[in-house]
Amino acid sequence: MTTAHRATPRTRAARPAPEVATRRADFPLLATRVHGRPLVYLDNAATSQKPQAVIDAITRYYETANANVHRGVYSLSEHATAAYEGAREKARAFLNAREAREIIFVRSTTEGINLVASSFGRTNLGPGDEVLISAMEHHSNIVPWQLICEERGATLRVIPMNQAGELLLDEYERRLTERTKIVALVHVSNSLGTINPVREVVARAHARGIPVLVDGAQAAPHMPVDVQALDCDFYTVSGHKMFGPTGIGMLYGKAPRLEAMPPYQGGGDMIRSVTFARTTFAEIPAKFEAGTPHIAGAIGLGAAIDYLSRLDWGLVAAHEADLLAYASARLLEVPGVRLVGTAAHKASVISFVVAGVHAHDVGTIVDQEGVAIRTGHHCTQPVMEFFGVPATARASFAFYNTREDADALVAALAKVRQVFGG
Amino acid sequence: MTDLTELYQQTIIEHNRSPRNFKKLEHANRTAEGYNAICGDKITLYLRLEDDVIREIAFQGSGCAISQASASLMTSAVAGKTKVEAQALFRAFHDMVAGGADAAADPGTLGKLAAFAGVRQFPARVKCANLSWHTLRAALAAAAEPVSTE
Repeated sequence: MTTAHRATPRTRAARPAPEVATRRADFPLLATRVHGRPLVYLDNAATSQKPQAVIDAITRYYETANANVHRGVYSLSEHATAAYEGAREKARAFLNAREAREIIFVRSTTEGINLVASSFGRTNLGPGDEVLISAMEHHSNIVPWQLICEERGATLRVIPMNQAGELLLDEYERRLTERTKIVALVHVSNSLGTINPVREVVARAHARGIPVLVDGAQAAPHMPVDVQALDCDFYTVSGHKMFGPTGIGMLYGKAPRLEAMPPYQGGGDMIRSVTFARTTFAEIPAKFEAGTPHIAGAIGLGAAIDYLSRLDWGLVAAHEADLLAYASARLLEVPGVRLVGTAAHKASVISFVVAGVHAHDVGTIVDQEGVAIRTGHHCTQPVMEFFGVPATARASFAFYNTREDADALVAALAKVRQVFGG
Repeated sequence: MTDLTELYQQTIIEHNRSPRNFKKLEHANRTAEGYNAICGDKITLYLRLEDDVIREIAFQGSGCAISQASASLMTSAVAGKTKVEAQALFRAFHDMVAGGADAAADPGTLGKLAAFAGVRQFPARVKCANLSWHTLRAALAAAAEPVSTE
């Protein structure tokens, strides 16, 4: 069936696939107008829009089910607890974890990484040890490791990449030593779109007994994730980038890993018993969920997972591959445009620069045409430095985007030339 | 609806393309750094200040058209001015791009700097226009820390 949605990239058959046309209507914000024009939302790597089902689930929770979880003996609290733990089971199924207790609800991918860096790092890193990350990490997979390395006297090392934005696996192999205590790698680069060979990276680390954390923030909206197939030790995602609410994310960890780690934060809900002399901690996942959690967020995330599970991912993959090829080809027709990040294996995230025009000027000008793109360093300053650019413009496509959206971006870029001349 | 030609006036486009006073000042006795981390706009400002008069001023940097043109036009506007006069221009410029509705500046006092009047319609870009001015204020105050307008 997928071939029906594949077309040669240069053909301007701008009619969206039927699947996409109906799905767009699920996202109320996509009907917004900006500066009198229909919104063309191409900043999905920053945050995705939310389907009505997610918005409704959150509203319904507050209207009909709001109570604190894991505490009350009254029925409303039991319902809230069941809904919250139900969301955890949905998250388990979404990532294909073995057990629901391997899913920790966190605020975001950033918090998931901080949790592991802090908790795993405190007990496993010492002077002379090394943490290995890649050259294309988001700041959120750099800074937490820098902080813990500084605290523990450990060293942060970096897997280099080539000019296409692909990891150099031989260099990776060379950096795996007896000093390496953990590898932390992005699944899909937010600024380059590169899809990393995570399974291969994990296998090589595991051959030396080294655990691997995967930042899956940009992968979850584009592809099914199977943590057992990847065999990674930790995998973390943000709800808001996968059509769920902000303020909620999930951290998957293999149960033995999580059980061996000390708590990240202390507080209510994460204890077994407390005296002034000594506290014993709850089992996972509660051990890592101190305080009242973001109950509405978890339920909204569960609704997003339900929504995503109803999509035909074969169609989504074909549609997004078509958008990537079509938009890349059309952007290259624009004089002065150069793509940054040209990996063979890419998600529908396209960074580009316009010769002689700063990305922020590009962003302001296309916004006037209703086109929302991200401009700047995308929280990946080392990537910008590697490619020798101060900033890029980035168009990131979700399954609800269309070829018409790419056409609108290209048309808006013509205005950049009008303003700047040349 | 906001109008792009209000923001990207010819004066701004032209100063971005050929910035004035774009060099390192070898005999500077004041320098200051401005850096907007989120944008990546960067500027180093060099001054030769004598008897509270800006005898010479130059800058180097990189960034968007608004930030670069603003630095170019600012250096042209304050060269030869006293510290007090430069500070008055700073206030007038700031009022023009970011002040309240009643703070619209008298275009007469601002001269070519009035080209930035359109920036106030683009709140996300005010920090770009202001960066060089805040850096000037830091240089005049001999501040050591880099300046940001974010």
